[in-house]
Amino acid sequence: MNSVTPKQYQSASEIAGLVANRETSAVEILERHLNQIEEHEKDVNAFNLVTINEARAAAKETDKLIVEGGNVGPLAGVPIAIKDNLCTKGIPTTASSKILEGWKPPYDATVVRKLKEAGATIIGKTNLDEFAMGSSTENSAFGPTRNPHDLSCVPGGSSGGSAAAVAAGFAPIAIGSDTGGSIRQPAALCGVVGVKPTYGGVSRYGLLAFASSLDQVGPFATSVKDAAIVHEVIGGYDPLDSTSIKQAPNSFVNEIDQGVNKLKVGIISELMGGIDGITQEVIKQTNIAVSALSDAGAQVEEVSLPAALYCLSAYYLIAPAEASSNLSRYDGVRYGLRVDGANLKEMNVNTRTEGFGDEVKRRIMLGTYALSAGYYDAYYGKALKVRRLLAENFADLYKDYDVLLSPTSPCTAFKLGAKIDDPMTMYVNDVCTIPSNLVGHPAISIPFGSGKDGMPIGVQILAPPMNESVMYQVAHTLEKASQ
Amino acid sequence: MNQETFKDNWELIVGLEVHVELATQTKLFCGCLNQFGSEANTNVCPVCLGLPGSLPVVNETAVYYAMQLGRALHCSVNRSVFARKNYFYPDMPKDYQISQYDLPTNLNGYLELPTGEAVGIERAHIEEDTGKTTHIGTSGRISGSDYSLVDYNRAGIPLIEVVSKPEIRTIEQAKAYVSELRNIILALDISDAKMEEGSIRVDANVSVRENGEQNLRTRCEIKNVNSLKSLGRAIEYEANRHISLYGNGEYPKQETRHWDEDAGRTRSGRSKEDAEDYRYFTEPDLVPLNPSEETIAKIDQEMPELPSERRRKLANLTGVKSSDMTLLVERNHDAFALDAIEGGGEPEKVVKHLVNNLSSGLGALTPEALAQLIQMENNSEITSTQAKKVLGELVQRGGTPANLATELGFEAVGISDLENLVDQLINEHSDEWERFCSGDTKVQGFFVGQVMKSTSGQADGKVINQILNERSTAK
Amino acid sequence: MSDSISSDEVKHVAHLARLRLTSEELATFTEQLRAVLDHAKDVEALDLDDVEPMSHPLPIENTMRKDIPNPMLKPSDFLPEAPAVEGGRFLVPKILGEEE
Repeated sequence: MNSVTPKQYQSASEIAGLVANRETSAVEILERHLNQIEEHEKDVNAFNLVTINEARAAAKETDKLIVEGGNVGPLAGVPIAIKDNLCTKGIPTTASSKILEGWKPPYDATVVRKLKEAGATIIGKTNLDEFAMGSSTENSAFGPTRNPHDLSCVPGGSSGGSAAAVAAGFAPIAIGSDTGGSIRQPAALCGVVGVKPTYGGVSRYGLLAFASSLDQVGPFATSVKDAAIVHEVIGGYDPLDSTSIKQAPNSFVNEIDQGVNKLKVGIISELMGGIDGITQEVIKQTNIAVSALSDAGAQVEEVSLPAALYCLSAYYLIAPAEASSNLSRYDGVRYGLRVDGANLKEMNVNTRTEGFGDEVKRRIMLGTYALSAGYYDAYYGKALKVRRLLAENFADLYKDYDVLLSPTSPCTAFKLGAKIDDPMTMYVNDVCTIPSNLVGHPAISIPFGSGKDGMPIGVQILAPPMNESVMYQVAHTLEKASQ
Repeated sequence: MNQETFKDNWELIVGLEVHVELATQTKLFCGCLNQFGSEANTNVCPVCLGLPGSLPVVNETAVYYAMQLGRALHCSVNRSVFARKNYFYPDMPKDYQISQYDLPTNLNGYLELPTGEAVGIERAHIEEDTGKTTHIGTSGRISGSDYSLVDYNRAGIPLIEVVSKPEIRTIEQAKAYVSELRNIILALDISDAKMEEGSIRVDANVSVRENGEQNLRTRCEIKNVNSLKSLGRAIEYEANRHISLYGNGEYPKQETRHWDEDAGRTRSGRSKEDAEDYRYFTEPDLVPLNPSEETIAKIDQEMPELPSERRRKLANLTGVKSSDMTLLVERNHDAFALDAIEGGGEPEKVVKHLVNNLSSGLGALTPEALAQLIQMENNSEITSTQAKKVLGELVQRGGTPANLATELGFEAVGISDLENLVDQLINEHSDEWERFCSGDTKVQGFFVGQVMKSTSGQADGKVINQILNERSTAK
Repeated sequence: MSDSISSDEVKHVAHLARLRLTSEELATFTEQLRAVLDHAKDVEALDLDDVEPMSHPLPIENTMRKDIPNPMLKPSDFLPEAPAVEGGRFLVPKILGEEE
């Protein structure tokens, strides 16, 4: 198996500590990671753009600030890769689409600004499925990203580039976005930690919208603690995002070692044996994880989430509907690609036809249809009701359980090209992750063992909204058990 | 509304959609300046340019203004939800407009016309304005243009759209509706509402039906009406066009039409085939607005005196025509009128002076001065011609009418003096007097002239005639 | 197979979305969209008359901002990214289909 994973990962919190104490420098840390990139990026294709010059300048600044005794923040000198659907001022932000190739935003996403303020070194923009639509990163207009564990396999998607960047040791932290599982599923397939925060917990300002009521920005890391640290840095109320939560959540990091004694964990039965394409290995690893939690003092039981069976359908009506509207602005008028036409309408059509890939077109049409006159009630309207039902299901369960558990993905990383021809086959990869997006609850995927082929498997912990601390607690315990 | 005949056997049905640009400091969903006349694309930011990744956050003052207007129109203020109206057009940066659809802020009110009739209000909702497209080519209109240029300064300016029920039956009512709505908006101070500047825009939905018909027939939406006069002309043209079509056994097509001011006609706009399916859905980037009862109560408490209320105060005075009341309120002279009346001025005369002689403004005139002036007139201390002159001076430089009259050398000759003069003239000119008494009115001018000569023109002609008549009948 | 969406309907939504499809694409996309919508028939079949739709995942209300200015962009911040500009304004090809 052709793979490029490093033997040892360095943790972000370690790096930040060393840099702040001047035991090493931000520049040195950066160069080390740039070397790794230089050696292996051509095989992995995690990045749309490695921002070498900007990163070097930023690292130098960080070191200078430290020398001057200034306050550098909790991520001092930590190289971070940013999914290329987050705006970075003056640096191309393409959503891996031809329609935005080369477009430079005049502003930073709030998350990017916060990371910079925390002293991080932004190392580059990572590849994704075009406009975050996909589960394999094969829908990128700039070529697929490959799984560092096996270069003939997909890294998952849509944040495949970010997951691969961390798995390949290009950066200890990457930022992705999750609409139907786009952080958690690639995290599982690449053997790293991936978190989807509570909806509204992290600002969406500057995130190129896919499905506005589902999108969230979150971290990839090599450890649960690192993920929690980054989550705390990027989270919080943003007055520029009307859907952002005003109350500050409890600290995620402080209570992370609390263990799971007496915590009640519900295993979602609908997401275990019965789902399409779930492999024996995934079920096996998930059961081992369950036992580990039980051994650590948790009370584990099977629970039912009946509405889970309808989530895939509801998602594939709601998400494309919102996307069809969010992507209307790409019309060749103000930015990005323009393909000329005899008149405005023709220009719009030419631009969008040439600029968008097939999956994006599919979803735009599906979404347009679901919203169109005469079909709204049957499709989109109904899907919104399923969502309500699902929320009620979850609320009932959380009366009795602290967290819920399921596999993250039904299978390990599949071969490039294996599922690309049949959209439905690709869509069912998201069945375990979609429920959390629909209701806006937080969830985390942590690596837990691997399949027979050595490919990573991820286990998912779901928690009630605003309750990431208990989620991180359980994840941390599982992480220890997996080592 | 009473049934009114527009023409022959036809009834006119008009509903008006009025868009009002709110005079907030910043735009509806971002902190860009809400400013008219800036250089193109200088009052913009990622949000109102619709740049990828941008998000809207609603302006609380715009929401407050919207609720104020709703309450002034007797609407219920409700929990509301923003919605996206999806269609492609270059003046819309996101290619969707954030508006309100099935859950708007204000519902089910009415607007009281000066005549006392009420026009139902369907709803008044909040939405964002679009940018401005200029068509470059030979005519400056869309057809025949070579290309267009877009400026997004106006994109995102807060608008309230007030939709009336189709209860307007005459052109006068339509104009009165717009005028009154405008006056209410000005009283609330939420917009400068100038049709010429586009801060208030009127679209008219016009249809006709035969007298006695219950159902509504096909209507057309008329856009591009830039003045009240155009509104009247456009409605008239369109109604006649429909009547004509029906007369020929045809039907008007349901469509949007543009008013062509120069040609004096409406023209077909977008055809039905291209009619957009707006695919409305709840705006996911914004959360619902749910004003508290306290807030609504506060709005009601702070409601300024609306034009209808002000007219009612004048109406309580006898002898004031309703058209005069409307005029006074429109000119903001109603409070002045009430003060002058309180100061002792006779109501009819107060109103008459304000309406006829003070249309260009009150200047330095005080209500007390006007009251005094009227009293002087009534006591024949000055003639009405003299009063007008004094009024002019009062407006110019203030003061009291008594002082000004003295200063100007205006002293109407007293009645008793005039009576003596007339009696003297009767004695001196008995032949002429005989003729006057037997009905020769031509001689009247002679007597008046004589009195005027003796008093150097300071006699009130009306009073002289009165005395002459009294004397002649007394005989 | 049931016709949950016809190729005419696909053509229509493509038009609404300003997309052009070749005849092959039309056929392929119709088949693919049909598969998704067929799968969604499970949702369509549910009786949810008593359930309220959920547009927002969280029960937040009344998030607003004060009517005070925020920093704005300068034309030089974004006009260089525009496909066509004239006199500080965005240039678009002629717009058809409005007035007669």
